Amino acid sequence: MDTTRRRLIMLLPAAAVAWKYVLAGTPEEAPNYEMTEHWWAMLIDVTKCIGCGSCVRACAQENDVPEGYFRTWIERYHVSDWKIERPDVESPDGGKEGFPANEVGDGKYFFIPKMCNHCADSPCTQVCPVGATFVTPDGVVLVDKTYCVGCRYCIQACPYGCRFLNPKTNTADKCTLCYHRITKGLTTACCEVCPTGARQLADLKNPKDPIHEFLKTHTVQVLKPQMATGAKVFYNGMDGSVR
Amino acid sequence: MQIPGVEGFMYPNEVELQWSVLIVLYPFITGLVAGAFILASLERVFRVEAVKPTYRLALLTALAFLLVAPLPLQLHLGHPERSIEMYLTPHRSSAMAMFGFVYLWYLMGVLLLEIWLDYRRDMVLKAQSSRGILQLIYRVLTLGSNNISERALRIDERLSYFITLIGIPSAFLLHGYVGFIFGSVKANPWWSSPLMPVVFLFSAMVSGIAAVMLLYVFTTRMRGRTIDMRCLDTIAQYLLYAFIIDFSLEMIDLIQRIYEADESFRSLDFMVHTRLWTSQVIIQIILGTVTPIALLGLMQIIKLGEVARKRVYILAGFLTLMGIFAMRWNVVIGGQLFSKSFLGYTTYKMGFATREGLLPAIGLMILPFAILWVLVKLLPPWPELVRSHISVASAAHGTD
Repeated sequence: MDTTRRRLIMLLPAAAVAWKYVLAGTPEEAPNYEMTEHWWAMLIDVTKCIGCGSCVRACAQENDVPEGYFRTWIERYHVSDWKIERPDVESPDGGKEGFPANEVGDGKYFFIPKMCNHCADSPCTQVCPVGATFVTPDGVVLVDKTYCVGCRYCIQACPYGCRFLNPKTNTADKCTLCYHRITKGLTTACCEVCPTGARQLADLKNPKDPIHEFLKTHTVQVLKPQMATGAKVFYNGMDGSVR
Repeated sequence: MQIPGVEGFMYPNEVELQWSVLIVLYPFITGLVAGAFILASLERVFRVEAVKPTYRLALLTALAFLLVAPLPLQLHLGHPERSIEMYLTPHRSSAMAMFGFVYLWYLMGVLLLEIWLDYRRDMVLKAQSSRGILQLIYRVLTLGSNNISERALRIDERLSYFITLIGIPSAFLLHGYVGFIFGSVKANPWWSSPLMPVVFLFSAMVSGIAAVMLLYVFTTRMRGRTIDMRCLDTIAQYLLYAFIIDFSLEMIDLIQRIYEADESFRSLDFMVHTRLWTSQVIIQIILGTVTPIALLGLMQIIKLGEVARKRVYILAGFLTLMGIFAMRWNVVIGGQLFSKSFLGYTTYKMGFATREGLLPAIGLMILPFAILWVLVKLLPPWPELVRSHISVASAAHGTD
């Protein structure tokens, strides 16, 4: 390889920038993280989701999610004309590898990313017989896998189908909102890789977080509001057919 | 791409059922416990003397099944070794955690105490008359309380009467609570109903009464004794009454659901007409409810001979148990066959020799009978050996 001294010097700034990105992917220690100063939520802009499945893959890789189970997944809806109560929904392998091209026909198609709603009044936390599932002071619903008895009552109690029994640990498993990352100043794996910015981690306790402006100026919803779970995953542009 | 066994759309984590046939056994078994105890209390508290021959058998049946009740749960847990945490560090907002205490109270505070008081005299006498290991067993069972004077026995009976009094609401609580564990899951419209604890309670009474009735008939036959027809007729009568209330409650629930036709209705209706048709409509409702009610009802109108009546009661008893088991199946399994999106259905694939398969389930259903056999050998419940409780009950009521 005929690399001249001049070429090498020219590459150095690029290498430095690249190295900065490598370091950025390494979670930093965050000794100053104060749980009570945060109240985590997620904003999902349905109008931006292209159903590429990057978030599902990133989540599986980051959190070692077993094959066939999902901490997050994507659904593709097809609502035919006025039949809002009878949508056709599919989520092949949780949308991990994206979706096959849809047929051109009547009605509309859109993607809905799903994940744990980190409910403030979470039914899963309520029913856990040993308190292995709990809400952290910063608003994240977590499972202590060293304590969970694996009774699966929480899985039954979740209205959104977000939980599963991890076959490796025999304990309940779910989205942690990448707690190991967000407490170190990083965003979640799914937000990190989303190519369109459809997912945004939000801190409801931070007055400077752009979510406040977004919520003020957009029509947002949560899934199944009739369940009164205090869901904290907010959807922008979500169709009424979504359940 | 359609997942095998799935029709329509399920959330990806919903495809696999979480609660298996073992969780079907759990309410079935606790139901038998509560029902058997309530039958026993008919004689003790409500002075229905006719059912006296079944009193002790009902108590021992309740105990045998109660001892087995937690086993399907243990077998089902991902970490059974941690189940003790439900007692050590219970989560007070959890219906399941609190059930552990209800169970313990019922076992230790009601059933064991009542059986011990009722059998104390027999155990003391057996400890005196037997030899070797058996003598040791009876001595341990008496807990060193050897006073069987008339006064002591009278205190026993009085105390036992009050324990039965407490035991009735406790039995209600035991099985009502099982219903609450399901009925309080708001995420699941098939379960979520304030009627669920009441329906569970009455179905428990029905199954417990039917089980003790059958056990009484078979044990009496096996011992070559004559069946007390007055007793059998009375049990059948109570079975009919409990069944009518149970069926009415279930119909109220059904009619309410059909008339309301909320967002889940179309999905649940489809499920009943397809995947649950055999187990719910045919087995539970037609064969397991309407038929035994009709048979038992006919026995109130038509006066048949003893042999025919016995046969009808046996048939009605078996159909009842089958119907109640089907009811538990339809609640537990049925409640997981549809998607919480109300857009699809999955299938329950029961294993055979797996941890939560058919084989352990059969084993768990045989186990209470094995325990009952041992209990009956140790503590014979046969009517000819039972001292009268009526005088004590009367005394407690202040009538003598």
